[in-house]
Amino acid sequence: MAIFKLQINGRSYEADVEPDTPLLWVLRDSLGLVGTKYGCGIAQCGACTVHVNGNAMRSCVYPVSAVGNAAVTTIEGLAKGDELHPVQQAWDEVDVAQCGYCQAGQIMSATALLNKNPNPSAEEIDNAMNGNICRCGTYHRIREAVALASTKLK
Amino acid sequence: MSEIPNNSRRTFMKLAATAGGGLFLGFSWTSSVASAIEVFDDAAAASGNIDFNSYLSISPDDVITILSPNPELGQNIKTSFPMIVAEELDADWTKVKVVQAPLDTNKFERQVTGGSGAVPHSWERLRKAGATARQMMIEAAAKRWNVAASTLATDNGMVVHQASGRKLSYGELANEASKIPVPQDVKLKDVKDFKLIGKEIRNVDNREMITGQPLYGMDFYKEGMLFAMIQRPKAFGLKVKSVDAAAAKAMPGIVDVVTFKNNVAVVGKSTWQVNKARKALKIDYEQEGALESSSDHDRIFKELLNSPEATVRRKDGDVDAAFKKAAKVVKSEYQCPFLSHSPMEPMNFFAHVRPDGVELAGPTQTPEMARGMVAKLLDIAPEKITLDLTRLGGGFGRRLSADYVLEAAELSSMIKAPVKVIWTREDDMTGGTYRPAVRYRFEAALDKKGNMIGYKLRGAGINSGNPTREDNFPSGAVEHLLIESVEHKSPITTGPWRAPITNFLAFAEQAFLDEVAQAAKKDPVQFRLELLDKAKKSPVGAIKYDIDRMKGVIDLAVEKSGWGKNNKVAQGFSVYFSHRSYVAQVADVAMKNGKPVVEKIHAAADCGIVVNLSGAYQQVRGGVIDGFGHAMYSNMTFKDGAPEQSNFNNYRLIRIKEIPEVDVHFVNNGIVPTGLGEPALPPTGGAVANAIYKATGKRLRNQPFFEQPELKNA
Repeated sequence: MAIFKLQINGRSYEADVEPDTPLLWVLRDSLGLVGTKYGCGIAQCGACTVHVNGNAMRSCVYPVSAVGNAAVTTIEGLAKGDELHPVQQAWDEVDVAQCGYCQAGQIMSATALLNKNPNPSAEEIDNAMNGNICRCGTYHRIREAVALASTKLK
Repeated sequence: MSEIPNNSRRTFMKLAATAGGGLFLGFSWTSSVASAIEVFDDAAAASGNIDFNSYLSISPDDVITILSPNPELGQNIKTSFPMIVAEELDADWTKVKVVQAPLDTNKFERQVTGGSGAVPHSWERLRKAGATARQMMIEAAAKRWNVAASTLATDNGMVVHQASGRKLSYGELANEASKIPVPQDVKLKDVKDFKLIGKEIRNVDNREMITGQPLYGMDFYKEGMLFAMIQRPKAFGLKVKSVDAAAAKAMPGIVDVVTFKNNVAVVGKSTWQVNKARKALKIDYEQEGALESSSDHDRIFKELLNSPEATVRRKDGDVDAAFKKAAKVVKSEYQCPFLSHSPMEPMNFFAHVRPDGVELAGPTQTPEMARGMVAKLLDIAPEKITLDLTRLGGGFGRRLSADYVLEAAELSSMIKAPVKVIWTREDDMTGGTYRPAVRYRFEAALDKKGNMIGYKLRGAGINSGNPTREDNFPSGAVEHLLIESVEHKSPITTGPWRAPITNFLAFAEQAFLDEVAQAAKKDPVQFRLELLDKAKKSPVGAIKYDIDRMKGVIDLAVEKSGWGKNNKVAQGFSVYFSHRSYVAQVADVAMKNGKPVVEKIHAAADCGIVVNLSGAYQQVRGGVIDGFGHAMYSNMTFKDGAPEQSNFNNYRLIRIKEIPEVDVHFVNNGIVPTGLGEPALPPTGGAVANAIYKATGKRLRNQPFFEQPELKNA
């Protein structure tokens, strides 16, 4: 066990865990930030997606010891107080979620895409979102919401 | 009151306290008569001493709270149920709050998510509850204004006196309304006057879901709770012989290792620690049942299809004679693999078994059954067990089984501590339950004019019971018909998978009917319509489907897809009745670089009145994607009793790049809702296979399509 200092959603956290613990489980079990979801544990489904220094990362395979001082953003850190992030607003307006379990990861992948490419083509949206599985089949609405969010960010 | 703290009461008391009075209505789920509706006064409500039924409350600050009893797994019931109440109440939807109810068999009926049955079951009850509250609001206003109730109307949460223009909100009337005797025989709205039902209403949990609030069983946490993972046998047919847990026990954070039944549970302080320690277990297994491989199943299917012994499910006329005199006979076999349910949230459940009672919490589609099984397992009265329902991260039938609930309860009773059992994805895919593999043989006899005079179906299933639906189409339309089933009992655990049986039977039947139509030299749609006409004019035996409703979706799908008029793509047709509803589909296939590509699927659905257009639209679209994805890509195989796929790297689920466009249309016929959680899935495989045939001349009879030589070499 060792103490790790983490910068998450603009706040400082400490966690006393083993160095190989994936960031996902530190967030969920140690820090109570359970918005980031466990889906596969092998970076195949995208449910655990967070941002590390602005890049979409699969937190289920990302050991806490590799995080260092990097700025981590989770789904809990997207909204500013009561004001939803434009991507979250789009997700609500398009009414994307069915069971909703994968949607935090979907939103984090979409946000990372739009941060780098605010005006993605349909193909670029599909490429960026292809690593996120939605078992309910909300993919059409995910496409629609990413496109809508892109207009909101302009 | 029971000795066990009851979360519903706590929630209610909080509501009562913040509401500071108002109208509290309990309405019975076991009856749709108004006499079963009770009003509670403020004091009784606030004291928490009343045994109210499922309720709706209207507080003086205009907040309307509706308890939603059914497990929510993405079918949108938590939004649709309250919409039905709010419609008849004429409530302002923006003021409606929905609260998930725990399991409570005294207050609710059918707290089950399965069989697409929730809305059909509760439609009338929910409407009556809303209409009764509305009538009480009107009568309270009539009393205050001293006018006849008949001169008053309601509008968006207000009672309106049209003559004087006076208005009062429901909140302002709530206290007075609570003193009005419960009216009997309230009038329900005319369907054409619905303002909320049929609109696109966003999911009531949207904000919580998109901001990452703890909603799911995986997110459930209780102070002092331990985490557990369970090592189950790696193959079906093995049992535990001996366990060496010394290394695992010595690892950091590990509290205990417990063996029960064939489970070795590692209990510890965090998910990651128990996951790591589990890998250090040394377990020896011995064989207790057959270790089956998929190649065994292929052989077994052939034997079963030729077996002289089968259960006759339906027999009309003289099939042998019909086939003897046939001008043409069509015969084909169709096979599907095992499938994993793979909801995105893996199995998990919390249990705390104490001497005085049991606390359970987590995701289940069948809370009452789960509680009953825990009661039996622990030999404790069901009344001493509370069960809180978390939102379900998908179900697809997997959470109809209570195996993981029982594990948590048994483990907690052994370690005498609160514990959450968590399954990894690999646990879920390799140790869970599966849609069983099945093989069908169809035979059709045609006369010289291309009429289907004989029809035979034999279904060979694994742990499937009856893999046929003998009173479905085309039964009723064929004079000589024989439907049989044969079963193989396997140690591989299987269970219902979204649209049980029909999720594959519909594909097989609709693809076979396409073959028969071709042999009869008839348009596939025309061929089905002729059969339906025959079933209408001179039905043979009993049928379960409604001929006019089936024709209705056929007509709508034909119209919307441009069937018979679209020369740009190859189109395939299918129509299926399941779970009380009807869906017809047309798939559009274009050839690209010499390969067939499914570009679009047109779906026409008749589920009666659409409650929430947004949810319904997505339910159909998601059902089509589910049906398409699994028909195309998913395959669970076994080698010596062990699943060969274990996670999403080797078990393929459809991804965003692979989806076709899906167009959804609803038949608007104003009849009582008939369910939509499953019926859109079954027809998809057939429409797709039939379109691929039209495009390539190759018949797909086995799933998953992408692994079949017909598609690989197309």
